[in-house]
Amino acid sequence: MSAYWDAYHETMSRDQLAEIQIKRLKALVERVYTSVPFYRQAFQEKGLTPGDIKTLDDLKHLPFTTKKDLRDTYPFGLFAVPRSEIVRMHASSGTTGKPIVVGYTKKDLDNWADLVARCLTMAGGTRDDVVQNAYGYGLFTGGLGIHYGAERLGATIVPISGGNTARQIMLMQDFGTTILACTPSYAMYLADEIHAAGIDLSNLRLKAGVFGAEPWSNNMRAQLEEKLGITAHDIYGLSEVLGPGVAMECPYKNGLHIFEDHFIPEIIDPETEQPLPYGQKGELVFTTLTKEGFPVIRYRTRDISALYPEKCACGRTHLRMERITGRTDDMLIIRGVNVFPSQIESVLLEFGETEPHYLLVVDRKAAMDDLEIQVELSARMFSDKIAGLEVLERRLRERILSVLGISAKIKLVEPKSLPRSEGKAKRVIDKREL
Amino acid sequence: MRVQQISIFLENKKGRLAKVTEVLGENDINIRALSIADTTDFGILRLIVNKPQLAYQVLKEAGFTVSTTDVIAVEVTDQPGGLSSILRHLDKVGINIEYLYAFVTQTTTAALIVFRVEQVDEAIKVLQENGVRIVPGDEVYQI
Repeated sequence: MSAYWDAYHETMSRDQLAEIQIKRLKALVERVYTSVPFYRQAFQEKGLTPGDIKTLDDLKHLPFTTKKDLRDTYPFGLFAVPRSEIVRMHASSGTTGKPIVVGYTKKDLDNWADLVARCLTMAGGTRDDVVQNAYGYGLFTGGLGIHYGAERLGATIVPISGGNTARQIMLMQDFGTTILACTPSYAMYLADEIHAAGIDLSNLRLKAGVFGAEPWSNNMRAQLEEKLGITAHDIYGLSEVLGPGVAMECPYKNGLHIFEDHFIPEIIDPETEQPLPYGQKGELVFTTLTKEGFPVIRYRTRDISALYPEKCACGRTHLRMERITGRTDDMLIIRGVNVFPSQIESVLLEFGETEPHYLLVVDRKAAMDDLEIQVELSARMFSDKIAGLEVLERRLRERILSVLGISAKIKLVEPKSLPRSEGKAKRVIDKREL
Repeated sequence: MRVQQISIFLENKKGRLAKVTEVLGENDINIRALSIADTTDFGILRLIVNKPQLAYQVLKEAGFTVSTTDVIAVEVTDQPGGLSSILRHLDKVGINIEYLYAFVTQTTTAALIVFRVEQVDEAIKVLQENGVRIVPGDEVYQI
């Protein structure tokens, strides 16, 4: 098991890697200082100039970038090249309706495709494979990210996008799909539907799954592997940093290899913001070394992980990150979509609520994430007619679908019935067992 | 001629209706008529009481979502076809009844029916023109 897409970079010694990293880091710092006013100002506030970054250890002096910074500079404030150099945009969901926008140059897309090709190779993919890509196509980075990586690999891509399960299963059989790429919860749903339809696994040629965009567990992996007769790999990425292809599990499933020639990872204590040693859990932070359009300096992902430096049995030298075990903020990932409780709040404000009280209850039913939003019904929203309340539920559901991009069940509840602790409301109950 | 109805939002869970009646009882408020409309998740309790303003106030203070709505109470002769003739009058002028419920009284031989319509004034006018007796709020509260 030692197929590499880019053996040179993936297996180079850590010394060589460090050499590449410092060279690229210096160039990056110079670049953002010159072309992004936001970063220049952030550096100046810390009394830093690009010349102060001499070794990789100096990284810790650089300012952090947060999701809030990305929102505040909407839409193009952090782009490091003129708009005309940007050949594609992607966007992720934001907290108040405004998305976070990222831009890619031609070179960025080239690197991205290459990194995803590394990932697919790690999952055993070659040009002989048929990759069924059931990640959503569109502004979401999942769909197009996997798409161009599979093309780069030379595999046959089936760009089916998400949903339409019956068609997914039909094509999977008829096209002889060998690699399935989608969210783990959708994979589980597909697996259950395949079994429910009485399809024998021998009719399928599936061998591997490339699953990501939401947290999942080894327990779920075991189920997916058994139900689909595959080996299931975790792929990690986030649009602020790249999209899928930042890190990937090799066949040893011993953590996800972070492509360190393109990204420098750190683990910090989210409270003190101090870097933590290898093996300790904390917030994952990324600096992009090669991105031109939308580079980030020490971007705080809010994802909780730990880093391990030991060389992997697969021969790769890149650091391994533990699969994501949680978040430092209140963001939820539901069916692969980022959901912030404050988005629900903004919808309720639109409905005339001055102080909305609500609770998100997330569960996993039949392997699909299920979101119920309990809303305390105020006198302002109340109607003495059943039809009036049903219309209210429907309008809330439609508005939430358009803001979040996912459907939710609305449940109206009585005032003061939702839990509150010390005046601060509890907003989320996550019952999913990953 | 209008009657004030109290509407209360209730989740479908144990003890909520009991809590409403408890609050009313503690405040010496008497229920004259009641109806519940419900779905699988929630219900709307509609009440005619002897002291609607006070009922609204105390239920609100007890933390319920409550509103007041103007409805119409009419006397229906206690014989076959009594309700039908009243509904026909409203139907003829295109007034749609959102909901209605009946009242049982001790003092009259007629039945009382409570109507909820959008066009309250128009409905009152049509019914009066057709000789239907509208029972005013003050009278209903004291039944």
